Amino acid sequence: MDKFDKLTGIAAPMPMINIDTDMIIPKQFLKTIKRSGLGVNLFDEMRYDADGNEIPGFVLNKAPYREAEILVAGDNFGCGSSREHAPWAIKDFGIRCVIAPSYADIFYNNCFKNGILPIALPQEQVDILMKDAERGANARITVDLEAQTVSTSDGETFSFDVDPFKKRCLMEGLDDIGLTMEKAASIDAYEAQQATSRPWV
Amino acid sequence: MSPKTLYDKIWDAHVAHEAEDGTCLLYIDRHLVHEVTSPQAFEGLRMTGRSVRAPDKTIAVPDHNVPTTLDRLNGIENPESRIQVEALDRNARDFGVHYYPVSDVRQGIVHIVGPEQGWTLPGMTVVCGDSHTATHGAFGALAHGIGTSEVEHVLATQTLIQKKSKNMKVEITGKLAPGVTAKDITLTVIGKTGTAGGTGYVIEYCGEAIRDLSMEGRMTVCNMAIEGGARAGLIAPDEKTFAYCMGRPHAPKGAQWEAALAWWKTLYSDDDAHWDKVVTIRGEDIAPVVTWGTSPEDVLPITASVPAPQDFTGGKVDAAKRALDYMGLTAGTPLAEVPIDAVFIGSCTNGRIEDLRAAAAILKGRKVKEGLRAMIVPGSGLVRAQAEEEGLAEIFQQAGFEWRLAGCSMCLAMNPDQLSPGERCAATSNRNFEGRQGRGGRTHLMSPAMAAAAAVTGRLTDVRELMG
Ligand code: SF4
Repeated sequence: MDKFDKLTGIAAPMPMINIDTDMIIPKQFLKTIKRSGLGVNLFDEMRYDADGNEIPGFVLNKAPYREAEILVAGDNFGCGSSREHAPWAIKDFGIRCVIAPSYADIFYNNCFKNGILPIALPQEQVDILMKDAERGANARITVDLEAQTVSTSDGETFSFDVDPFKKRCLMEGLDDIGLTMEKAASIDAYEAQQATSRPWV
Repeated sequence: MSPKTLYDKIWDAHVAHEAEDGTCLLYIDRHLVHEVTSPQAFEGLRMTGRSVRAPDKTIAVPDHNVPTTLDRLNGIENPESRIQVEALDRNARDFGVHYYPVSDVRQGIVHIVGPEQGWTLPGMTVVCGDSHTATHGAFGALAHGIGTSEVEHVLATQTLIQKKSKNMKVEITGKLAPGVTAKDITLTVIGKTGTAGGTGYVIEYCGEAIRDLSMEGRMTVCNMAIEGGARAGLIAPDEKTFAYCMGRPHAPKGAQWEAALAWWKTLYSDDDAHWDKVVTIRGEDIAPVVTWGTSPEDVLPITASVPAPQDFTGGKVDAAKRALDYMGLTAGTPLAEVPIDAVFIGSCTNGRIEDLRAAAAILKGRKVKEGLRAMIVPGSGLVRAQAEEEGLAEIFQQAGFEWRLAGCSMCLAMNPDQLSPGERCAATSNRNFEGRQGRGGRTHLMSPAMAAAAAVTGRLTDVRELMG
């Protein structure tokens, strides 16, 4: 998995609440059997018209934000389905960090498995970052996972929470299946005990 | 021993390893797999030379992409859909998991097949790469959706890395009024708590109105726990649950059944268990509801009118403006005057036999309004067979509904069943997001009886107008 430690980049502002996974990557793109190549279809139905032409007003179609590496959004980001295609598309576009007041829980987990850092901050702080993001290439936001901070272009800094285990996996790019397999003895023991206590399983 | 909730009890029975920081390896009893979220996971196993740890506890069925027309056994026309279904065929065979291919009468939506075949049982942990895994919570099983990386993790290790959620109790007291169903309960709860109200919680639904529901109704309620933001919804198992499970192909038999039953009977929340959040709704206060917007929290009684953006606060003002624009609705219009173009009855929320019976009760001797496109898609081949045996299929066809084969169909429109831009649909599924049922399509969520009533009148309709 890709590591994440520090990032300074252009942030795209999307001040909408309840941005759902169907918006992030509509279902017609779930038919792939690969993880890559979904970036061009990120936010497809907001980004392109029915003929496939770019809609100029959409944020990711505007000059500085085509290079966005951070997304600042409204409450309950990533609600809806469990499709990991959503973080795959975000990452493939080049976005490595999302900042929002809150996330749907499956999406939040899926981000960490793909080298994306989702940061939850109080609404007032997201509002400040949103303003900064609206300044485009003139304002780069800095994210430091080690220190657990986000800084505006003016140097105003906010701290965020992250689960220590998730943080470690992201910073070191760890394969969590490999980590779990190291605990195979515990799983074996659990199965042996279950075979007597709940044999019908 | 300190009092526990049902969630606490199931959680405790499944911790295979606990780290110092509280991160647990939760053992998974049943892993359900479908074609859309699994190919990359199986590919991951191949690339790392790993195998499926417990193929006997892994059940695969194609549902999202499959055509629901009668000619589907001739093959899937869309090449990408075909490749995905073929990939599942191959993965199921190569890794030796239980499999229900399209040609099998037991095939259907994964969340309908699991309970139907007795794979889902009380007290189990159930996961699937699909957010509506919450459905299985109706059995008192801890069931939640996972992403594809987690699918791979469960395939390889039969465990999931988890931290415990908080406990939320949603109590529906008293009796439901006539015309009010499980779907109205679950939509009303989301309308009240919002789509993020359950984030970080496991919900237990309880109270007389929940107890009174059939297993089918309970599955409808738990199915939409995810729309309320909760990963899992639970209902404590009782005699109805046991009766439903008994005799199912993969339910225990004989002495094992007795042993299982003895444990299942201990699965309830203790009287003085701790709840982090409690929501109480009076069953009598629940009306037949529909959604008006593009979020499942946009719920109103059918007797209400389309709201205005200024009725809301915060980020919801803009969201409502956008939703009304997308839905082509004007504030102040009575909901019962909104004309529709299409009706979809089906999905893992409402594709079970009881849902079809409820729709048939309204449609019997009536006709679908002229010019309307109406489709019924049973949740599984067995539901379809039973509906035919009970004469429901005939009622639907005489009314003018298309009678399809099992699958997800127009719930998410990955197969050819889609809305056209601007087309307005009365749907029994679970999501009314922009473009969910086809680009530009407009979805109103409701119960099967309400959808059937809308099919007859050609507008959103209070089902009570057509009852008794
Ligand atoms: S019926 Fe709809 S919600 Fe249910 S599993 Fe299929 S696509 Fe998902």
